[in-house]
Amino acid sequence: MTDRRPAFCDRIMDHFGDRVSDGGAGIDMHNIEVAPENLKELCRFLLQAPELSFDFLSDLCGVDFLPDNPRFAVVYHLYSTTHQHRLRLKCRFDDPPRLPTVADIWTTANWHEREAFDMYGIVFEGHPNLKRIYMWDEFDGYPMRKDFPVRGYKDEYNPFGKERGEQ
Amino acid sequence: MTNVTVLSETDDKARVTKEVLLNLGPQHPSTHGVLQLVLQLNGEIVERTEPHIGYLHRGTEKLAETFTYTQIFPLTDRLDYVCPPSNNLGFAIAVENLLGIEVPERAQYIRVMMAELSRISGHLLITGALPMDLGAMTALLYAMREREMLMDLMEMITGARMHTSYIRVGGVREDLPEGATERIREFCQILPKRLKDYERLIASNRVFLNRTRDIGVIEPKDAIDLGLSGPNLRASGVDWDIRRDCPYEVYDRLDFDVITDTACDCYARWICRIHEMRESVRIIEQCLDQLPEGDFQVDMPTIAFPVDKELLKTSMETHIHHFELSAYGFKVPKGEVYAAIEAPKGELGYYVISDGSEKPFRLRVRAPSFVNLQALEGKVSNMKYLADVIAMLGSLDPVIAEVDK
Amino acid sequence: MGVLENQFPDNVFFSTTDTIINWSRKSSLWPETFGIACCAIEMISTGCSRYDLDRFGMVFRPSPRQSDVMIIAGTVVKKFAPIVRRLYDQMPEPRWVVAMGTCAISGGVYNTYAVVQGSELIVPVDVFVPGCPPRPEALMHGMVLLQEKIMRTHVLRKEPEQAASES
Repeated sequence: MTDRRPAFCDRIMDHFGDRVSDGGAGIDMHNIEVAPENLKELCRFLLQAPELSFDFLSDLCGVDFLPDNPRFAVVYHLYSTTHQHRLRLKCRFDDPPRLPTVADIWTTANWHEREAFDMYGIVFEGHPNLKRIYMWDEFDGYPMRKDFPVRGYKDEYNPFGKERGEQ
Repeated sequence: MTNVTVLSETDDKARVTKEVLLNLGPQHPSTHGVLQLVLQLNGEIVERTEPHIGYLHRGTEKLAETFTYTQIFPLTDRLDYVCPPSNNLGFAIAVENLLGIEVPERAQYIRVMMAELSRISGHLLITGALPMDLGAMTALLYAMREREMLMDLMEMITGARMHTSYIRVGGVREDLPEGATERIREFCQILPKRLKDYERLIASNRVFLNRTRDIGVIEPKDAIDLGLSGPNLRASGVDWDIRRDCPYEVYDRLDFDVITDTACDCYARWICRIHEMRESVRIIEQCLDQLPEGDFQVDMPTIAFPVDKELLKTSMETHIHHFELSAYGFKVPKGEVYAAIEAPKGELGYYVISDGSEKPFRLRVRAPSFVNLQALEGKVSNMKYLADVIAMLGSLDPVIAEVDK
Repeated sequence: MGVLENQFPDNVFFSTTDTIINWSRKSSLWPETFGIACCAIEMISTGCSRYDLDRFGMVFRPSPRQSDVMIIAGTVVKKFAPIVRRLYDQMPEPRWVVAMGTCAISGGVYNTYAVVQGSELIVPVDVFVPGCPPRPEALMHGMVLLQEKIMRTHVLRKEPEQAASES
C-alpha cells in the first residue's frame, strides 16, 4: 500500500510506453489502464514475461459507469503464483461494448466473459462459446446495466416489476 | 430347458450405436444443488460434459447496489451457505480496507475462529456428501452429527444456526458469551478422533478407492490456468494458500501447515480436506490460547453501534449516530478494493467500488465455486464413465448458490 | 343393541374408511429431495440423525414419480420455474406441496429481476414454513401440520360444497 510504483510495473511501462497508462497505486494493489486494441498484447506479455508471470486470473468483471463516458469497463485482477504480486488491469470503452477475448490466454476467463456478456452485453470477440450463462437464452435485456430496474419488468412471476415503457 | 453352450452371434448391421445426449437435470440427488449437466454419451463413456448453471441466479450483485453496507451482510451469508461466516469475513475486510480502519485484536481472533469453524463445517459436508454420491449413505449421517455440534456452537455464539451475519464492519456483532471458549475447546478435543474414524471407515474402503483414485486428474499447470483455488488447487500440488502467502487478520501469528498432495485426483481432493480440518483445529486452539481481552468491535460510533449501551441513555451524540447508522448507514469514501480470503472452497474475492455514498456503486463477488465448476468443461483427464463425472463433481465441491450468485 | 353388543375384545378398532385411508397416507409421506438453496441444508439436517424424519415414516425419494410431498426448499428462480411445474405435474396424486423458507413463500429478501415472488405462483401450496432458514423443529412442525391437514381431508365422503350443491 505504498505510493511508489512496484518494480514489475516499471517493466510494463518500459515495454509498452504510452500504449498503457499508469492508473496509480490503489489501496491494495497497483492499477494499469489499457485501451481495447492493446489489451491482448499486454495480457500475453503479462503472462509470459518471466519477471511478471501473471499466470492466475483471479477475476474478470464488467462495470457500468452510466452516465459517465466511456460507459463500460472490464476489470481484470491478476495474481502471480511464483512472485506473489497482484495487479489490477482496467479497460474502458464505450457503447457498443466490444472487446477482444482473453480466454485463449487464461482458460478461466471463459465463463467470466460469458457472465459479463450476460449481465452487461459486452461482446468478446473470439470467444469460443459466447452464450448467456445465468439468464435463459431468450431473456431480453442486460440485468446489471444501470438502466435496468432491479425488480425487472412485470411478468407472471414478479408482479412488483416495472411496466415496460414506464420511466 | 434349452441347453445353451454357445452364445448366438448377432449380425454386425444390428449393432449400430448412437450417441446420446443425457440430461442430468437440475433436480438430481447428486448434483449438489440445481446444476444441469448435459452429457454426450457413447454408451457409458462420456465424450463431453456441458454444465448449465443459472438455476439459482438471484441477482445478489444487482440487489447489493440498492442495499447499505450493513444490509449486504445477510446477502453474503447466502452465497456459500455451508460456511456463512467466512463469506461475511471477506466482505468485512473489503469495506474496512476502503474505510481505512483497524479492527481490535480480540475481534480479529474471534473472526479467525469463526472462519475456521466454518471451514470445518464446509469440509465436513463434502466429506460426507461425496461418499453418499458414490453410494455410501452412512457417511453423510456421521458428518452431519459433527455439523450439528458446530451448529450448536454457532447458535450459542451468534444466535443463528446457519446464516449468522455475525462478522460485521469493524469487528463482530457481540462478544463471545460465557462458556463459549470451553465449548469450543471441547469440540476441538472431539473432532480429531472423529476424523480418524472417517479415515478408517472410508479412506481405505476398496470401493471408494476404486471410484476416486486416478479419476479426474488435473495437472498443476492446467489447474492454475483454469483458475482453481483452495483444496482443489492444493491437491494438484500447487503450494498456495492466501492465509499464509498474503496473510490477513491474525493469520501471520498462527502456526499451521498448508496441505498439498501430488496425486491430482478425486481422492487427493477429498483427503486434503480432511487434513485441512485437522489444521483448522490447530488454528482454533492457538486462537483460544492467544485470545486477548479487549473490545469486540471498533470504537467509532459513525461505523458501529456503541459498545456501552448505557451511553445511549445519556449521550446525545451517541443517540444521533445510532439513529443515522440505523436509518441511513455509514458512508464509505470513494475508492475501490479487491479483498481476497481463503474461503473453504477457494479464493473468495470481493471487489467493491464505492462512490462516496452509503451504498456500494458496484459489488462483485469472485465466487470460487464458479471457477472450480468450470473444470468440468476443461482439461480433466481420465473422466471416462458417467460414474466418474459424479465423483469429479463431488470432489470439486461446488455450492450452487455461490456459482449462481 | 342386540347381538353385537359388547361382543368385541379391546384389540378391535372401529373407524371410518376415510380415517383409515388418511392415516395410512399421513404415516408414510415420502418427500422428494428437492433442495434448491440454503434451506436444503436444514432439510438435510432434519432428515439426519438428530432431528430424524424417518420416525415419521418420511423417506426421501429422488424421483418425483415415487414421492408424495414436494418440499420446495430454497429460492425459486424464473429460469427454474417451468421445471418446478414439470416436477409437480410428474408427481402422482395424492400430492402435497410444502413451501419451506421465506424465499419459497414470497421470494424472501430477493425482490429482483430473476426471482419468482413465491412458489404459489407456480404450484398450489399446502403448508408454508417460514424462517430463513427455518429450524429443523420448524420444518417438523410444518410436516406435522401437513399430517393434520391430511387427516381432515374427505376421501370417500363428498366435499361439503359438493354435498350442499347437490342437496
